[in-house]
Amino acid sequence: MTNVLELVDIRKSFGKELVLNHLSLSVPEHTATVLIGASGSGKSTLLRCINLLESIDDGQIFLDGAEISDPLINVDEVRRKLGMVFQSFNLFPHKTVLENITLAPIKVQGKSKEEAIEVAQKLLKRFDLADKADQYPDRLSGGQQQRVAIIRSLAVNPRLLLLDEITSALDPVLVNEVLSIVRDLKSDGMTMVLATHEMGFATQVADEVCFLESGNILERGSAQEVLHNPKNPKTQEFLKRVHQAGRL
Amino acid sequence: MTERINSAWSPSLREVERGLARRRISRRQGLIAAVSSILVIGTLIAIVVSSPGWDVVKKTFFDIDYGREVFPTVISGLWINLQLTFIGGACIGVIALGLALLRTTKSPALTPFRFLATAYVDIFRGAPLILIILLVGFGVPALRLTGISSNVIFLGTVAVVLTYSAYVAEVIRSGILSIHPSQRAAARSLGLTSGQTMRYVVLPQAIRRVVPPLLNDFVSLLKDTGLVSILGVTDAVRAAQINASRTFNYTPYVVAAILFLLITIPMTRYTDRAIRQRTSAQNAEGAI
Repeated sequence: MTNVLELVDIRKSFGKELVLNHLSLSVPEHTATVLIGASGSGKSTLLRCINLLESIDDGQIFLDGAEISDPLINVDEVRRKLGMVFQSFNLFPHKTVLENITLAPIKVQGKSKEEAIEVAQKLLKRFDLADKADQYPDRLSGGQQQRVAIIRSLAVNPRLLLLDEITSALDPVLVNEVLSIVRDLKSDGMTMVLATHEMGFATQVADEVCFLESGNILERGSAQEVLHNPKNPKTQEFLKRVHQAGRL
Repeated sequence: MTERINSAWSPSLREVERGLARRRISRRQGLIAAVSSILVIGTLIAIVVSSPGWDVVKKTFFDIDYGREVFPTVISGLWINLQLTFIGGACIGVIALGLALLRTTKSPALTPFRFLATAYVDIFRGAPLILIILLVGFGVPALRLTGISSNVIFLGTVAVVLTYSAYVAEVIRSGILSIHPSQRAAARSLGLTSGQTMRYVVLPQAIRRVVPPLLNDFVSLLKDTGLVSILGVTDAVRAAQINASRTFNYTPYVVAAILFLLITIPMTRYTDRAIRQRTSAQNAEGAI
């Protein structure tokens, strides 16, 4: 199995605050790596570093064997291979659902408008949003908006999908319609790195679970090992708190 | 929400009572407003009309017959102001957009231009328009450059465009800066270049946000075109001035003022409405 993503000894700080420290991670093809940990443990920063939205202070990042942490790399080309979905959806409010989805295929990949629309409509149909194609984002529910955001990132056929707490801004009732898309993608063989607080969901999709604490991966392993038989006392403590909040 | 209204509904007795009470209250408030308006405006008119100089003022500022006589020359001057406003406005839009983009770019190749754009905005936003008009109107012809017209209308327009481009550039720039960074992050993570992000994601949203303040600037522009009269351009102000100095009757100034107001008041009303709609749309946008 080849590694799509390889992180070696990553270090990142914001001013004096050390956010990621000696962090290494390998993501094989067709697997889902789930990052868990308290807010501020560095999950989002890690995803933003992979996407080159943040620059790292030290270490190396490889995408399909090529170092993307090289300052001479063309960041736009790297980002074309990565899909990212944000906690707050970040749809473009001045564009319709269809325009949101087709913008990158047309402008970045150089597809014809007809071709891009065809792909977008196929995806919308697959995820039950075909009737929303011409709506503006503010007319949609949070769950629908987040599903559109996922489709938008899928439309460019990313090599790797990064999902940053994509259900944290949603009403509990809407969480499942978003997570079911991710389950579908997982069974399609999409390679993913995702940060989440939904432990039940993590158990279902994760090939590997990493517990982050102060910018370090303190424990890693299968969902069974990390989520149900944690060895590290800090993991145990975190999961106990999550359990008390009713999320396991 | 009209589909939710049930056509079979008829108000309850209590609602009928409340309706009557509401009408009583609004009648009372209307009466108070009317009495207070008559009192205040009546007093103001009384003060003006009973002032010792009123008869002279009436003759020299509000001479209706003389007003009718000068009306054609003033309105043909106003046509110059309108032309100046629209042609100048188009140039201002293009230049200001360029300045705003230069000031917000991070491209290293454009660093000197960014610096120049900042200096430009500082200078032309900080200097009084009338000085710029005088400097351009009298300074440029003195250079005796070949190929540059010394037509006063042209030079006056250039001076107004120079100054207003700086104002408008700042308005557009503030719109660009008001777009949340998460929009840029989303666009960049889709692989859009920084230029494409600006063009397709940031700028369309920014321009929509700044349309109301830009309409405000447009109204100011129309008024300020009157300042080019100091170069000798026969606009509405100058036409009024010529007539007034011929007869020592100042009615032409009042005619010019009224003509400006006839255009600017509807424009400001429209702008206010646009701002209100923009504000309520923004509130509806919520977290975005």
